[in-house]
Amino acid sequence: MKHAIIKTFLIFPLLIFSSLTLAYEPGSKTECIAPADPGGGWDFTCRNAANVFQELGLMPKTMQTINMAGAGGGVAFAHTVSKRRGDDDLLVAASTSTVTRLAQGQFPGMDASMVNWLGTIGADYGVIAVSKDSPYHNLNELMDAMKQDPRAVKFAGGSANGGWDHLKVLIAAKAAGVENLPRIPYLSYNNGGEALTQLVGGHVGAFTGDITEAKGFFESGDIRVLAVLSEDRLPGAFSTIPTARGQGIDAIGANWRGFYMPADIDDDAKQYWVDAIDKLYASDQWKKVMKSNGLMPFHPDSSEFEAFVKQQIQDIQSLSKEIGLIQ
Amino acid sequence: MFDFLIQGFGVALTPLNLGLAFLGALLGTLFGALPGIGPINGIAILMPLAYTLGLPAESALILLAGIYTGSEYGGRMSSILLNVPGDAGAVMTTLDGHPLAKKGLAGPALGLSAVSSFIGATIAIIGLTLFAPLLAIVAVKFGPAEFFGLMIFAFASMSAMMGKDPIKTLIGAVLGVLISTVGVDSGTGVLRFTFDMPELYDGIDFVVMIIGLFAVSEILLMLEHAFRHDQDGEMAPIGRVMVKMSEVLYCKWAILRSSVIGFVIGVLPGTGASVASAVAYTTEKRISDRDNTFGTGDMRGLAAPEAANNASAAGSFVPMLTLGIPGSGTTAILLGALMLYNINPGPMMFREQPVVVGGLIASLYIGNVMLLLLNLPLAGVFARVLQVPRWLLVPSVAILAFVGVYQLHSDLMAIYLMLVIGVFGYLLRKFGFSLAPVVLGFVLGGLMEENLRRALSISGGDVGILFQSNLSIGLWIAAALVVLVPMFAGKLKAKFLPAARPS
Repeated sequence: MKHAIIKTFLIFPLLIFSSLTLAYEPGSKTECIAPADPGGGWDFTCRNAANVFQELGLMPKTMQTINMAGAGGGVAFAHTVSKRRGDDDLLVAASTSTVTRLAQGQFPGMDASMVNWLGTIGADYGVIAVSKDSPYHNLNELMDAMKQDPRAVKFAGGSANGGWDHLKVLIAAKAAGVENLPRIPYLSYNNGGEALTQLVGGHVGAFTGDITEAKGFFESGDIRVLAVLSEDRLPGAFSTIPTARGQGIDAIGANWRGFYMPADIDDDAKQYWVDAIDKLYASDQWKKVMKSNGLMPFHPDSSEFEAFVKQQIQDIQSLSKEIGLIQ
Repeated sequence: MFDFLIQGFGVALTPLNLGLAFLGALLGTLFGALPGIGPINGIAILMPLAYTLGLPAESALILLAGIYTGSEYGGRMSSILLNVPGDAGAVMTTLDGHPLAKKGLAGPALGLSAVSSFIGATIAIIGLTLFAPLLAIVAVKFGPAEFFGLMIFAFASMSAMMGKDPIKTLIGAVLGVLISTVGVDSGTGVLRFTFDMPELYDGIDFVVMIIGLFAVSEILLMLEHAFRHDQDGEMAPIGRVMVKMSEVLYCKWAILRSSVIGFVIGVLPGTGASVASAVAYTTEKRISDRDNTFGTGDMRGLAAPEAANNASAAGSFVPMLTLGIPGSGTTAILLGALMLYNINPGPMMFREQPVVVGGLIASLYIGNVMLLLLNLPLAGVFARVLQVPRWLLVPSVAILAFVGVYQLHSDLMAIYLMLVIGVFGYLLRKFGFSLAPVVLGFVLGGLMEENLRRALSISGGDVGILFQSNLSIGLWIAAALVVLVPMFAGKLKAKFLPAARPS
C-alpha cells in the first residue's frame, strides 16, 4: 500500500513531464528480457533485435539483454507484471510457447491482458519428421497408422508434455481425424536437438519441432520431413517439403517470435516501439537475419496483434481441454 | 583426412587468435575459480561483446572455447582451498583436494590438478580429433533405456563412497533425488512441490544448490565456531608450492583411466562434467583405494575427478560439432553463439565449415598448453590465498557467488532459495552427512527419472524395454559387478588371507 502511494507520487511528475516532451525516446538503459538461459530462441530474439535496432539507429545505445530463466517464461512474465508496470524502456521476448502457457493457466493468477502485446518479427513453422529408414513416406501414411492405433508412432520433441511441440502433433492428428488424442505417446526432451538425436538413433518414431531445429539433419539427409505446418511451401531449400494442407490435413503451427511490454506504459512509448518493430521487420538487415536462421515471414498488423494473441489463446485452450490437459 | 586440422592450425596460430585463446584461458580460469560464476555466465557475458567487436566466427569461438576449458581448470581452486566447488564439475574435487590443503599441501594439490587436467584434456582432444564422427554414432545409440542403465551404473558406483557410514551416504543420495523432483514433471506437465511459486517450476538450479550447500553452510559453520570462540586453526601452514614428478607418476593410472571415463561420458548428450567426475572418482576409489585413504587427502582422489572433468569438457564438443546438439549446458550456449554468426550447427558442419571446426579443435590443443603454463606458476600464487583469514575469505567468495547467481536469474528468489539450502546443508554437516552424495543424487536422480519415464512411455509401461539392447544389458551387468564384486572379494580375502591386513 505504502509502495503504491510512493509510486503514484513518483509517477505523477513523470507523466506530466512526458506529456510536455514531444515524443518518446528510448532511454540509455533500455532492456530486453529473454525469459530463458542464453542460447535459446528468446535469447536469439533479444540479441539479434538489439543488433539490428542499433544498426538502424533506432536506439542510442545497445539494448541490453537480460536472461531471466524460469517457468518457461513465467518468472519474466510475473516480473514484468508486478515490478515493471509503466516501464517504457523494457521489451520482453515472447513466442507461441508464452501464449501456450498463458492459455493453459501455467502462470498462476496472470493472463494475457496484463501486458502490452507489441508485434512479431517472424515465425518458425512446425514440422513433423521421421528418420530416413522410416516406413512412412508422407503425412497421410503416418496418420493412417495412428488411426489404427494411436500408440503406433512415438513422438519426441523439445517442449514439456502439453507444450507447443506436443500440441503441434495433436493439431495435426486432430485435423487428420485421429481419435483418442491423449493416447498418442509424446516424449519430452530438453531441446529439439536431443529429440532429433533420439529420432536418428531409432529410439522414437517421429520428431515434432520447428523447421530451424530440423534444418541440419534435413540437409544431411538423416531425416525425412513429412510435412511443414504452414499455409504455403517454405522458400529456398525447404521448398521440397510438402505442407500438411497440401496433403489434405488442415493443420497450421506457427511459432511466432515477438515482444510484449509492461502494462500502463506511455502511449507515445508504445507507438515508438510498435513503429520500431515495423521498421526492423521491413529492413534488409533483418531479412538477412531471417534468411540465415530459417525464420519465415509472419507479421500481423500491430492493431490486430493483440486480437491474434487472444484468438490463439482460445484455440489452445479448447484443444487442451479436449485432450484433458486442463479442465 | 586431417586437412581440416592443418587448416585449423593455420587459423588458430594467427596473432589475433593466439591472443584470444590466451585471453579466453585466463578469463576462463578466473570465471571458474569464482564460485557461482561458471563457464555459462562467462560465455553469456562475452558472447555479445565478441559479436559487437566484429570478431569473425572462428575467432569468437576460439575465445569462448578458451573460457569453457579454462573454467574447468579454474573450478578446482576454491574446491581445494575453501571446500567450496567453483563449478559443477568440481564437486568431487573437494573430497580429497581440500584435505590436502588442510595438510599444508595446497600448492602441490593445485599443481597436480593442473597436470591431471592437462592430461585429461589432451587425451580427450586427441580422441575428438581422431574419432569424432565415429563417436557421434555411439552418442546416437543411447536411447532412454541406455541412459537409465548408465544412471543405474553411476548410482551403483556411488556404493564405493559408502566408506564410514553407509546409511548416511544412502540417506544423502536419496535426499538429493528427492530435491531433484521439484519442478514441472516433463512427462506429464504436472507441477511437483512448487507451492505456486513460478521460480520453482524449472526445479532447483544446480548453481543455487551447490553454492547453498557448500558455501553458505561453510559460513554458518564458521559463525558457529566464532560464537563458541573455537580456534579455526585447522589449516596447516603452507609448505612447498610445486608438485613433484613422483607425485604425478604415482597418479598416472588414475589420470589415464579417468581421462577415458570422462571423455566417454562427455560425449553423451545430457551428461556433463559433474557426472563424469563422479563416475571417475568412485571408479578410481574402487580400483585403487586399498588403504581407505580416499577422502582424507589422497593424491589419486584429486587427480581422478580433475582429469575426468576436463576430458568431459572436450568430449562434449563431439556431439556439438558432429550432430549440432549440446553435450553440456555450456556447449548449448556455444551453439547459440554460432547461430548468432548465422552458422547452423548440425551433422553437416564438419563438411560445410571446416575452417570453423578445424580452428576450434586446433585452438583446443593450443589453449590447453597455455592453460598448463598459466596454471602451474599460478598454483603457488593461489595457494597464498589461504593466508587470508577464512572469516574474510569465505564470505567474500560467497558475496561473489551471490552476485553471480543473481546475474543469471535476475531474481531475488534464487538468493533466498540458496540461503534455505545453506541452512539445510549446515544441518546435514552437523549430523555428520557428507554433501557429495546429496549433490550426486540431485544430478543423477533427475536424469534417471526423465529417462525411465521416457523409456516406459515408449514401451507403454513394459519394463522389459530396460533390458532390450546389448548396451543396456552391459550397463546393468557392470552396475551389478561394481556392487557385488567388492562384497565378495572382501569376504574371500578375509577367508584366505586372514593375517594379510591386521587392521
